[in-house]
Amino acid sequence: MHSIQVIKPGLYDTIQDLGRFGMTSMGIPLSGALDIYSAKLANALLKNSLNCPVLEMTLTGPVLLFQKNATIALTGADMSPRINDKPVKMQTKLLVKVGDVLLLSKANYGCRCYLAVKNGFKTYLKFNSYSYFKVITPNSRLYKGQILPIGKQFSVANNTFSHIKTDYKHFNTDILKVFKGPEFNLLSAKQQDLLFGNTFKITKNSRMGYQFKTNLNLSNQIEIITSSVMPGTVQLTQSGKLIALMNDCQTTGGYPRVLQLSDEAISVLAQKNTFQKIKFKVIHL
Amino acid sequence: MYNLSYKAFGNKAILIEWPQLISEEILYDILSFKNKIEDLYNNVLDISTAYNSLTIYLKKEILDIEKEKFKLNQIYILGFKDTDIKNFVWYIPVCYNKAVAPDLVDFLKQKNLELQQLIKYHIKNLYTVYFLGFLPGFPYLGGLPKVLHIPRKKTPHIKVEKGSVGIGGQQTGIYTMDSPGGWYIIGKTPISFFDANLKEPCFLKAGDKIKFESISYKQYLNLSNQVERGLFKLKKEVLNA
Repeated sequence: MHSIQVIKPGLYDTIQDLGRFGMTSMGIPLSGALDIYSAKLANALLKNSLNCPVLEMTLTGPVLLFQKNATIALTGADMSPRINDKPVKMQTKLLVKVGDVLLLSKANYGCRCYLAVKNGFKTYLKFNSYSYFKVITPNSRLYKGQILPIGKQFSVANNTFSHIKTDYKHFNTDILKVFKGPEFNLLSAKQQDLLFGNTFKITKNSRMGYQFKTNLNLSNQIEIITSSVMPGTVQLTQSGKLIALMNDCQTTGGYPRVLQLSDEAISVLAQKNTFQKIKFKVIHL
Repeated sequence: MYNLSYKAFGNKAILIEWPQLISEEILYDILSFKNKIEDLYNNVLDISTAYNSLTIYLKKEILDIEKEKFKLNQIYILGFKDTDIKNFVWYIPVCYNKAVAPDLVDFLKQKNLELQQLIKYHIKNLYTVYFLGFLPGFPYLGGLPKVLHIPRKKTPHIKVEKGSVGIGGQQTGIYTMDSPGGWYIIGKTPISFFDANLKEPCFLKAGDKIKFESISYKQYLNLSNQVERGLFKLKKEVLNA
């Protein structure tokens, strides 16, 4: 059995693939990696299918023990990865041996780091996805001592060195490209202008959503009958709070949907942490 | 047939909206359109429905929104699909006791009602399941008597227990798992509305109906025990729409 043992969990680690599709009519969220760009990149480095389950780690990473030789890659936030206490490169195909210990620390840029392993993590398939979600999968986050089954590792006899330069723009940009949401036109012209060109500070950050603070007067009396929402939907509460829903968000909501993040913007936002600031930039179909 | 509004929702979803009111006629029209779309429209990843909307999640991004709007409207007007979906009426036991309902006393006070009146009003109607959302298996129910309407709580609960029956705004519903929530919790059911271990994790679906039945605290404890041991079978009837 090919596997990895969790010696010490990080702040918040979950197994994610590209999501659990087709379940919204049962109120089951999409889940899946928040930074799809980085998750796919990690899999691509290992010539995995892009939907292979990866380990998504948040802010501070875990300590993992490899119980078999394996081929891995790390993308996303840089958590100063070390194998047996020697620093290793991000965005690179790495070979690990049985008994090797991978240590991931506090992110020095970005928020979420992705660990891909050849042929993916094979933890628990539920409704066609390995993505962790409480009530759906037996575990909702990694715990100490957990054994993570992984796919078959081929003995790697090749010499091809896979490495991709980090695109720092992905982490440094403060611009989120957005479409106007279904209820954008219910805002006053003044409020619509306020949304673009002003910065918003992140006050909360989770897989369910990001909350923003603003000194602008966005309070409103708009009420809508509960409707569908999805990852990337930006809601405006009556007190003027903006919430950008992410992949574990509920499937329906009662707040006006003023913006919709592009797929790219969701990945960019997933690398932001509390206190960082962003701006919305409108794009069209 | 209604005058529908079609909008792009981001670049990978299309939002179709009916008139902004909650009605059964609209619900069954939404479900019938959903049925046709599943059969006749390509590029569908998933479909989500709500009170008066239907959202199509697309596999590939929208290239020509006007073309897609036209195609969909044609399907709405001309498409035909035999409905072979069966809907049911489900009988759900609920305990209206402050031992299991933390907001019961507050609710009765604010609405100036006696407990027996609340129970009478809450159980008399046949509630329509409009859609599932908010939580896995969580049913949005229509048909709450006006006398029980109340704005959502100013300070939501950090944790509402699974099985809690709540009222918020013009809606009533059942929390299908532990969750934060802003509704007034006025009762609790021992029935499990969502179980990921089953092939069909929720027994409820849009278009079904629910009838609440009042049980005592003692009966609630008894039933909880039976449900836990898999010994309780829910009463249901076929609904002739």
